[in-house]
Amino acid sequence: MLRISRAHWQAIVDHATAEADKPAEACGLLAGELGDIDVRAVYPCRNAAPPERQNFVYELDPLDHLKADRDARASGWDIIGVYHSHTHTEALPSPTDIAQAPDPGWHYVLVSLRLPTPVVRSFTIVDGEVAEEPLVLERPAPK
Amino acid sequence: MVEVRLPTVLRSHAAGQSSVKANGATVGEVFDDLVRQFPLLAGQVITADGTLHKFVNVYRNDDDVRFLDSLATPVEDSDVITILPAVAGG
Repeated sequence: MLRISRAHWQAIVDHATAEADKPAEACGLLAGELGDIDVRAVYPCRNAAPPERQNFVYELDPLDHLKADRDARASGWDIIGVYHSHTHTEALPSPTDIAQAPDPGWHYVLVSLRLPTPVVRSFTIVDGEVAEEPLVLERPAPK
Repeated sequence: MVEVRLPTVLRSHAAGQSSVKANGATVGEVFDDLVRQFPLLAGQVITADGTLHKFVNVYRNDDDVRFLDSLATPVEDSDVITILPAVAGG
């Protein structure tokens, strides 16, 4: 299970929507405490794939990754997952996503902009095995 | 001693530590020392033919060592080496 605040969920969707206009896949990193279910920070990153390929692949900019890792560590967190968008296909890991999944402990969040309403789903990918996990929106703080 | 920051995926090969200390005058020597301390890290960062794995990125402070001298990049005790998995998909 992955739990995320409404603000972080919206940040991911806004990033994906902005990039879809290019059209390009958006990507970014999620930070939290290892073994915990909560996303504590979202780091939108640049897609460093060649521009003509960005509408169907992403390569997360390594320098953005370094900055996110540094910021997360300074807060006592770690990078616990990655999100990216599919502009015209479903919110499911593609064969490329599965083959290139960098960490069996990570959460893989997919955003689909295929339909007018964005769809956001979360998965684990362990040794090529994909499993969907509940993506839970945090209850807003009482007013 | 140089600080080497490990990504989560490699920590189980290094007694669960997120950051370790290693000796060396170059990035390559630091990795050699790392493997001496944590033999399970062998083959995880450096390929059998002695080059950086294409699916990792290695930084000396703010610089990707591929744009410096790769494994021959000199390091000083105050430097921080960060190993990151390459993150990509489709």
